[in-house]
Parts: sequence; C-alpha cells; structure tokens
Amino acid sequence: MLQCDYTTSQLDVLEAEAIHIMREVAAEFERPCLLFSGGKDSIVMLRIAEKAFWPAPIPFPLMHVDTGHNFSEVIEFRDRRSEELGARLIVASVQDSIDAGRVAEETGRRASRNRLQTTTLLDAIEDNEYDAVFGGARRDEEKARAKERVFSFRDEFGQWDPKSQRPELWNLYNAKIRKGEHIRVFPLSNWTELDIWDYIRREGIEIPSIYYAHTRKVFERDGMLLADSEFIIRDEDEQLFDMVVRYRTVGDVTCTGAVQSAAATVEEIIDEIAATRITERGATRADDRASEASMEDRKREGYF
Amino acid sequence: MDILRFATAGSVDDGKSTLIGRLLFDSKAIFEDQLEAVERTSRDRGNEYTDLSLLTDGLRAEREQGITIDVAYRYFATPKRKFIIADTPGHIQYTRNMVTGASTADLAIVLIDARKGVLEQSRRHAFLTTLLRVPHLVLAVNKMDLVDYSQERFEEIREEFSSFASKLNAPDLTFIPISALHGDNVVSRSENMPWYNGSSLLHHLEHVHIASDRNLVDVRFPVQYVIRPQRATDPAFHDYRGYAGQVAGGVLKPGDEVMHLPSGLTTRIASIDTFDGPVDEAFAPMSVTLRLEDDIDISRGDMICRPNNQPHVAQELEAMVCWMADVAKLGPRTKLTIKHTTRTARAVVRDLHYRLDVNTLHRDESAESLGLNEIGRVSLRVTQPLFVDDYARNRLTGGFILVDDATNNTVGAGMIVEAK
Repeated sequence: MLQCDYTTSQLDVLEAEAIHIMREVAAEFERPCLLFSGGKDSIVMLRIAEKAFWPAPIPFPLMHVDTGHNFSEVIEFRDRRSEELGARLIVASVQDSIDAGRVAEETGRRASRNRLQTTTLLDAIEDNEYDAVFGGARRDEEKARAKERVFSFRDEFGQWDPKSQRPELWNLYNAKIRKGEHIRVFPLSNWTELDIWDYIRREGIEIPSIYYAHTRKVFERDGMLLADSEFIIRDEDEQLFDMVVRYRTVGDVTCTGAVQSAAATVEEIIDEIAATRITERGATRADDRASEASMEDRKREGYF
Repeated sequence: MDILRFATAGSVDDGKSTLIGRLLFDSKAIFEDQLEAVERTSRDRGNEYTDLSLLTDGLRAEREQGITIDVAYRYFATPKRKFIIADTPGHIQYTRNMVTGASTADLAIVLIDARKGVLEQSRRHAFLTTLLRVPHLVLAVNKMDLVDYSQERFEEIREEFSSFASKLNAPDLTFIPISALHGDNVVSRSENMPWYNGSSLLHHLEHVHIASDRNLVDVRFPVQYVIRPQRATDPAFHDYRGYAGQVAGGVLKPGDEVMHLPSGLTTRIASIDTFDGPVDEAFAPMSVTLRLEDDIDISRGDMICRPNNQPHVAQELEAMVCWMADVAKLGPRTKLTIKHTTRTARAVVRDLHYRLDVNTLHRDESAESLGLNEIGRVSLRVTQPLFVDDYARNRLTGGFILVDDATNNTVGAGMIVEAK
C-alpha cells in the first residue's frame, strides 16, 4: 500500500473514500441499513463495511429485497455470507407485497417483478424507519446514475428529484433530513466495473458461482441469453440449448441475461472485461432497455 | 496506477463534449451500445453529426433542452492512470455546479475557441479554478484547425491569458493547442503544428505530478468515528478504543507525539490500525484508525495534530463563499448550519464585505446580499470552535459547507481566508 513518494493506488483511494462515506453515515444517522443482494457490487460494499468498523462488527443490518425470482446460487451465498459476518439480514419479500395487495403481479410472457421491488423496498424502509440506505450503484453503470450524488436525498415518498440535488463538495456530505425522508448512500459511486473486479481479485473475495463460466440451459430472446427457469414462459420458437456462459450482473432470472464466456477465474474475467466493448447493463439487463430514460424514471420512483 | 480527478468547464460551442468524447473514445471507455444509442438519438433528432454530448447529458431535461445542467462524472483509464472527469456546465447560471466539480479536482481544463480568443467566460472559469485551488490548470486552445494551425494566434491567446492569470495567483499553468474534432494534440502530438514542442493533452494528464499537491506537512486528523467494539468475539479487543478518520494532512507515524483539540492534551500514537493490519505511516487520503497511548476523552468533530503545528482554533471565520440557494439570499444576520471536517455547528453571518463580479473581478462593497451563484467575502461567527487552516494551505481543513435550516439544502460553499 505504501510507497516512498506517497502516491496511493487507485484501489486504495477508492477504498479510503468508501470507508470515509460509511463512517460518516454511521456517525450521522440513527438507523442505517445496507442493501445486500449477493451481487458483486454489494459484496464489495460489505467488505468495505467490514473494514470501516473493524474490529467492531458492522453497526447496521443488511437488507435484501427478494423478488422470489432470484438465482438460487445467489440466495445461498447471501445467507451464508451474512451468517459468517454475524450480521442481521432482513429479507423484504416482493411475494409478501403481492399477497398483501400492495402491488399486482405483471402478466404475460415478459412479466417481471423488477418494477414491483420499488414498493417492497420503500415499504421496508418506512416500516423499519431506516434513515440511510446504502446501495452499491456506480456512476459508470448508466447515464442517469452518472449525475447522482453520493448522499442522494429521497423525500417522504422515496422519490428522487434529479433537478434539485444537493451540491456535494470536497468530502463533506449533508446528512440533514426530516422524519420520514431518507438518504440513499452510494459509497462505490466512483468505482468502475473493472475497479470492482480488480478489488475482488486483490482482496480474494468470494463471489457466487454464477459469475464464473458454467454450462447452463439457455434460450435467446431479443439478443439476450436467458436462463431456463420456472419463472419465465417461453414461446414455442424459443428453444433451449446448452451453452457455456457466465453472468456479468446479477438480477432477477427473468430479466438478467448471461454472456457467452469461458472465463472461469477472476483473472480471466478481468481480461474479458478489459477487452469488452459493451456495457454491463446494455449486455445483460432487459430492464434498462425499455426506453432511453427508463433508469431515470425508475429511480425517480424510488428504485435502487 | 493512481487517480487523477479533473474538471472540464465550457459549453458545447467550445467543443468540450467533442473533447471528452474523444478522450473516452480513444481510451476505449465508450462502449458500442452507448455509441449506438447516441447515434440513434442524433439521427432521430435530424443531426448531421453524432452528438457526443448525449453521452454525458443523461437526464431527460438535459436531453430535451440540449444543455448540461448538472455535474456529470465520467470514468476512463489508460495504462498509466485512472481518470475521473467532473464534466461541468460552463454558463454563469451554473457557477455552483462548476464550483462543486472543481472542489475535488486535481486539474481543470478550460477550453478556449481559438477563433474567439479569451472571453469573459474563459476568465470566469479560470478564476473559479483558482478560487477553488485546483492545483493544475490547462488552457486547451481548441479549434486550431479553423485558424490554420497558426502559431501566431496561439501565442496571442497565451499572452493575453497569461497576463490575466498573473492577477489570479494561478497555479501550474499549461497551454496546449488542440483540435478536438480532428484529434490534433489530444491523444498524440499533431503533425499539423510542428512548432508546438509540448505534450499532447492526454500525455499531460497522464504525467502531471499530483502526489505533492496534498499537504504532507501539517498533520491534521479530524476524528470521524470512535470504534469501541461492544461485543467483540476476540477478548483482545475488549478494551479497544480507536479513533477512525481520513487523514486530511501531514504524515502520521506510530510513536509520534500528537495533540488533541479542543483539550490541548498531548499523547503519542500507539498504533495506526486498519482491517488489513497496522501500518507504518498514514497520509491523505488514507482512512485509518488511530490508537493513542493515553486515555483522553475524544469524540467526533475533534482534531488530532502535532503540538508544534496546530490549526487555528476559531469561532470567527473570514471566508469566500459561493452561494447556491435558488431563492434564499445570504446577508448579515443569516443563520445557517456549518459543516467543517467532521464537526457541525451553527453559524451566523456577521458581515458581507463585498460581492465579487466573477467576470471582471470587481469588488462591489455596496452589496447587501449574495444571490444564487454569487461569490463574496463574508465574516461568520460559529457557536463552537472549529479547527481551521487557510483554504490555500489545505483544502480539507479550509473548506466548509453551509446548510439551510428550513430546507436542509446545501446552500453555500466556503473557503477560509486569513485564519487566525
């Protein structure tokens, strides 16, 4: 880490910044929580939280908004990792929101629970009275996110107003809110996809197996490779076939595409990403393709 | 590999988006699907060329109005460095956005159209850059292709700007003649300007020395969070008490004698801890945890420094303030919340000495208030002492934000001058 000329590597700078952000939240908010999905970004965020408060345990619970349509490998990882850390894991279930009549299941062959998550998330934030919610979103992911603050204010309806964001200067973050409002906090704002992988390699962090190349039954829809799953209705012309694939992002089975890849180690994944010419969300996420502003619209409503 | 954060200021007319687009494209940071989306939108709008500003103008309102309204952060890397661009709008009504982007920048690029020369806007950008103490300034004289790559024109602009910059106490200043559209001197040296002996813009960004820009002299450690494991599984940590924070200046080493403020008590650093083990020294921007040899009552908002090199302990502050509120104004008796390092207090404006015209640098001493995007010199009184340095000496212990109590919005950015 240390060199005689006091330069600091990019990963050390990003890590120090993220640790600073986490400690700031722990110091200034009453009831923070950390969104942990078992995806690579939230895994890195969890490692940062571990570092920020060591040797004390992480001083806030973890929360996962579970659509019920997740990859089983990821859910298994989520539970195991939370237990290893001795962290409290709160699972907010979209199925429960449907059963309670808070949201209605979409119908048809493209039905997805992606948008329903927002209601479940906002209900859970309100029920638990969380005033700060850590998310693993990065600014390089998507152009609406490129403008988002590290401390991103949400009103009492959980909404984001991109036009009236608080200016953010130096390393000074404004944590002031009224009751019922909350702040979404993004400690990995300045990380890129490659930084995440470099960090996973450097730290030797375990990630769910579906990030590595494996053989899976898939079919093609709109140029994406979707997994065979009980949650997706296939058309007759959507034939299943075996392929060696891996996942670049992890979301719902219904809208997360696999990429054809033989990368079986972190090093091979890094080589692959360094050479790729397509963004991770463009390659693998049907939810972002709906329209040019689809992420901005969902974020305004209170999405992650 | 280290990180260079740089801010760009200018409007689409100056070729700023074209320049950023080229840097991103040539460093392979623009992906095919992003480029396709931009090409599609440009076509739909009937543009003849691919409008690269669509890459950075991500909000619907920005695309509808064809302007940049907010700071956009973009990322790219070369084998030498990782770069974070804070892309800020250039118009005067977005001064607060430029101030925000410049606050963390190691370097700023101000674009000048070679045909138009040094405009009011260029002077304003350069002034804000120096006000925020961005250590390195690059004047990119763009559209050289439209002045026949004329050395004479470039020298004219250089001279005009240099005489202006000498009034600003400008930092390290570099002039580069470029054509963003054709790529001259952007990534590689241009064959069209054999008279230019300097680096290409990217080469300059890759090699400009920034490690010494941080303050490595004055030890400043604002205490952020006290770590006391309540339910540590390892008995070794039962009595653990660590002071967590991000180093804001100087170099700390175990065994160093340090002073705690506000108490003035001195002790020694027992250990500098991290999750990955203790370290031999800590300097900005490292986030570490200090353990001290003596038991002193220390909490968030306190400062650890060296006995023979202390910040000013001040309740009266003199500062340049950039006002950012849409409606409310700043004037004598305005009460606000101030956040400085990890300490939050209440502040009242005692006096507004003058409002600065950011275009002419004229000081209007008759001004009674500051409105949105205006900058002025103010005196503040704070409810509890802050541990401050001149902003010129340390951006982290010299900068503060002001928060409006009615709206909870961040409404001001302050830079401390003449700390005493």
